[in-house]
Amino acid sequence: MSDGGAPTPEKGKLALYWAASCGGCEIAVLGIDDKVLKVAEAFDIVLWPCVMDGKVRDIEKMPDKSIDLCLFNGAIRTSEQEYMAQLLRRKSKVLVAFGSCAAEGCIPALANMNTREEIFQTAYHDTPSTDNPDGVRPQIETEVPEGTLHLPLFYDTVKTLGQSVEVDYYLPGCPPEPDRIWDALVAILTGQLPAPGSVIGATTTVCDTCPRTRNEKKIKEFKRTWEIIPDPDTCLLEQGVVCCGIATRAGCGALCPTVGSPCIGCYGPNEGVVDFGARMMTALASVIDSQDPDEIDRIIQEGIPDPIGSFYRFGLANSLLRRKALAHNGDGRVAEPA
Amino acid sequence: MTEKVGVYICHCGTNIAGPVDVEEVARWAKENLDGVVLARDYRFMCSSLGQELIQEDIKNEGLTRVVVAACSPHLHEKTFRTACSKIGLNPYLTQMASIREQVSWVTEDRAAATHKAKMMVAGAVRRVQLQEELQPTEVPVNPNTLVVGGGIAGIQAALELADAGHKVFMVEREPSIGGHMAQFDKTFPTLDCAACILTPKMSDVGLHENIELLSYAEVDSLSGFVGNFDVRVRKKARYIDEDACTGCGICIEKCPKKVVDEVFEAGLGYRKAVYRPFPQAIPKFPVIDRDTCIYFERGTCKACEKFCPTEAIDFEQTDTYLDLNVGNVIMATGYDLFDCGKIPQYGYGRLANVFTSLEFERLCNAAGPTEGHILLRDGVTEPQSVGIIHCVGSRDKQHHAYCSAVCCMSALKFGHLVMEKTGAEVYSFYIDMRPLHKNYEEFYDRLLQEGMHFIRGRVAEVTDAARLPGEDGKLIIQAEDTLIGKQRRIPVDMVILLGALQPRFDAKETGLKFGVSAGLDGWFTERHPKLDPVATMTDGVFIAGTCQGPKDIPDSVAQGAAAAARVQGMISKGTVLIEPIVATIEEARCSGCRICNTLCPFNAIEYLEDKAVSYINPALCKGCGTCVAACPAQAISGAHFTNDQIFAEMEGLLYDVIGSNGATVKSPQPALEPA
Ligand SMILES: Cc1cc2nc3c(=O)[nH]c(=O)nc-3n(C[C@H](O)[C@H](O)[C@H](O)COP(=O)(O)OP(=O)(O)OC[C@H]3O[C@@H](n4cnc5c(N)ncnc54)[C@H](O)[C@@H]3O)c2cc1C
Ligand code: SF4
Ligand code: SF4
Repeated sequence: MSDGGAPTPEKGKLALYWAASCGGCEIAVLGIDDKVLKVAEAFDIVLWPCVMDGKVRDIEKMPDKSIDLCLFNGAIRTSEQEYMAQLLRRKSKVLVAFGSCAAEGCIPALANMNTREEIFQTAYHDTPSTDNPDGVRPQIETEVPEGTLHLPLFYDTVKTLGQSVEVDYYLPGCPPEPDRIWDALVAILTGQLPAPGSVIGATTTVCDTCPRTRNEKKIKEFKRTWEIIPDPDTCLLEQGVVCCGIATRAGCGALCPTVGSPCIGCYGPNEGVVDFGARMMTALASVIDSQDPDEIDRIIQEGIPDPIGSFYRFGLANSLLRRKALAHNGDGRVAEPA
Repeated sequence: MTEKVGVYICHCGTNIAGPVDVEEVARWAKENLDGVVLARDYRFMCSSLGQELIQEDIKNEGLTRVVVAACSPHLHEKTFRTACSKIGLNPYLTQMASIREQVSWVTEDRAAATHKAKMMVAGAVRRVQLQEELQPTEVPVNPNTLVVGGGIAGIQAALELADAGHKVFMVEREPSIGGHMAQFDKTFPTLDCAACILTPKMSDVGLHENIELLSYAEVDSLSGFVGNFDVRVRKKARYIDEDACTGCGICIEKCPKKVVDEVFEAGLGYRKAVYRPFPQAIPKFPVIDRDTCIYFERGTCKACEKFCPTEAIDFEQTDTYLDLNVGNVIMATGYDLFDCGKIPQYGYGRLANVFTSLEFERLCNAAGPTEGHILLRDGVTEPQSVGIIHCVGSRDKQHHAYCSAVCCMSALKFGHLVMEKTGAEVYSFYIDMRPLHKNYEEFYDRLLQEGMHFIRGRVAEVTDAARLPGEDGKLIIQAEDTLIGKQRRIPVDMVILLGALQPRFDAKETGLKFGVSAGLDGWFTERHPKLDPVATMTDGVFIAGTCQGPKDIPDSVAQGAAAAARVQGMISKGTVLIEPIVATIEEARCSGCRICNTLCPFNAIEYLEDKAVSYINPALCKGCGTCVAACPAQAISGAHFTNDQIFAEMEGLLYDVIGSNGATVKSPQPALEPA
């Protein structure tokens, strides 16, 4: 629906916010090119920290539900991000989890394989470039002569936006493709929306848009990308390259596999899938071409040395696993105070 | 959710009500579970009164969903589904919670059992509300039947069906039908001659217009489903043209190559390279054994071809394949005998005059290698004393824990034959004497009268190392006589080992081919150990005879007839209902990745090139769920086992950790204040 359906004439209010994210989603918004002017026509932008100055207290003062649309990118790593999520939820009519971090945790949530303590130990002590003889660590409160200083609390666990507040729509992608962003904006502005809580996107997977030919699959050996120059016309997976296109929601246009690079899953799971990684693993396990348990072990161990990195790269926070078990720190109690 | 759920907690006498506080479970379910409009406990839910209770409530209270917490759904799911459907509630809107097998039978802790029963009920209640109406499909039953194995069980089954006017294909692996019974001399307890009662039935099979006998053949593959199986049979090359052969046997006479017959003669006798296992073989056509035939070995000979009056010998013959369509399958593949060499202290294979039971059967048989004379391995000496050892490989944790059921009676039969034919002293070494069936105890009595000696105790060893006077040149059986509490050494001339009956060496593969599972001991598993002894978990595939477990001829025959009756029931009904619990692919979601294409064990999945999506043939799908789990796009869902249903059940089971609304406990959120 790329150019169809013009935004409504009446000007609404738009907020864009970023939490734990890389900034790619901000750039993706600009990727809609000159259509950004149409966005400006339709909306007054009330908050966009990446691009313009703005104050949290101005938002706090706005009446509830006075922002028509909030595009929120980034995961929830700290108490301040969670506060902003709650604030924008309260002030916005429609809250969109924009991009993979907000929708499913993405790269920031890979830190869920560690505890806060381990992260601080690495960041403030172990890295070779750290010079911290006094072992200073971030504190929530610090007393100085002038009074008490506050820092946001760094959570043990990265959450998705949806795990913090109620989300109206999800827009997947790391980052979302500009065309899909525009489609979503048009859908929102024209009110042609799916049920609240749903993902705005396709219901099939990347394979559906991939130009490579597919056959029955039997895999004897998984190959890392540097081990093979793949045949240009055949399905990468059939050639042993772990391509996540089979499980990843369509929407990108199969950009990576088209140029010979396997899909890494940035568009997240297909509609209704509860655990992307589990889907990938059962699918691949089903087509390993061996009946011998030892050989199967070898094929998996040599070909997929990092299953979390391969299959939960984008979705760990949103998966059934969510994080590495926390119960190991001594008394069995989970350390997270938040 | 707007469903009205009725919950029924069964006492199962005291089976459940003993360890589980059933009233409390019912009270709790009514008070705490969303959707439950009534919850009752009742002594026997499966009784007609119990079923009527449900039917009344559906009628009067307008129940739209039913949960029965009772035994395993394996036993009574069908009962309650039928009860509901009779009153107009779709049968797939019921759900069972197994609070007997999974709760009351696994603990005596009343509090824990009651708590677990509640959680199981919560799981079922949450799940049942998401269940959907399903309709079984009706398909016609092909009236032809495949019988695999031509022993006495298979023969009986085939004749019953054929006599009733139905077409039977009988596939037998060996050159002739007959199975083990054809090798025997006499049969206990009546001592009538085995051949005299078996061969008429064999020739009936051979001549029957409704039976197509495919001997020297094996089933290559089986696909399809109840009512409509496709079978591919491989007929091994006989090198003899069955259309031309008259069965005159001149080829056998003229064949210059003699080999030891390890199969039918149990290694005691010889046969030719072209042979019939025994004179009354059915069919009458001989077989050329490629592995021993001189022509196949050296390229010359062809004596048989030269003398055959009808030019029936064909060295160019190859294996041929036959495709059949049948509605039902009866497996009657029988047993193998335990390899007695595995118990070295009994000396089989080392001490010449230690024999196996089958060897002895051949020795006794007038058509056997000694023309029925019981002789030692030298072929001339009659034994003056014989020891018979029971339970060799049976009732023995090292080998088979089970009782082989026929050995005690075989021992009595052997004892009688030895005494009758040689006048020798006979000693039986038994653990327990088990003459269980009709006239068996009387037969035991008879042998006691006839003077057979019985020594109760497991034999420690059989040795030729003489220690005491009178032991020279004898085999000495050393055993503890547990009735007098003494070690005994009995010197004898001949020892007979009653080896265990064990599953066919290839039973596991055969089972896989036919979709029949086997227990830990390797015998094929019946659908229910008491109430459904010849059906299997695969609809349309039945088992009969010793492939299901050790048994004697009368029981094998009874099972053959029972399996035939079951098949006849299917044929006269004419149609079968196919379970609607199948997987379907939602086309719009399928990307045609083809991950699922090779996975289906029933070959139900095909790839539609034109649409570039995969498709499941519902008639072939058995709802196993393999593809459902594998589809990376979750384009496949299994009816009655959807994600939502399974998650709802799990959430119910975890009721005590997640609470009644199923929402997981969220981490507390920080106060809404500026940071
Ligand atoms: C020493 C001994 C003495 C016995 N004496 C007596 C007795 O006196 N009275 C009595 O009641 N019972 C006796 N029994 C028990 C009796 O042998 C069995 O009850 C009976 O033979 C079982 O018949 P069946 O048809 O189940 O199996 P089998 O006789 O084993 O027949 C099975 C048939 O299936 C064929 N087959 C196997 N696999 C395949 C395949 N994959 N494809 C095609 N064909 C296949 C085999 O070649 C065989 O012809 C005795 C047993 C033993 C060991
Ligand atoms: S569920 Fe899937 S794999 Fe199983 S029988 Fe049906 S189509 Fe085949
Ligand atoms: S695995 Fe799923 S997506 Fe792939 S072909 Fe089969 S049904 Fe379609």
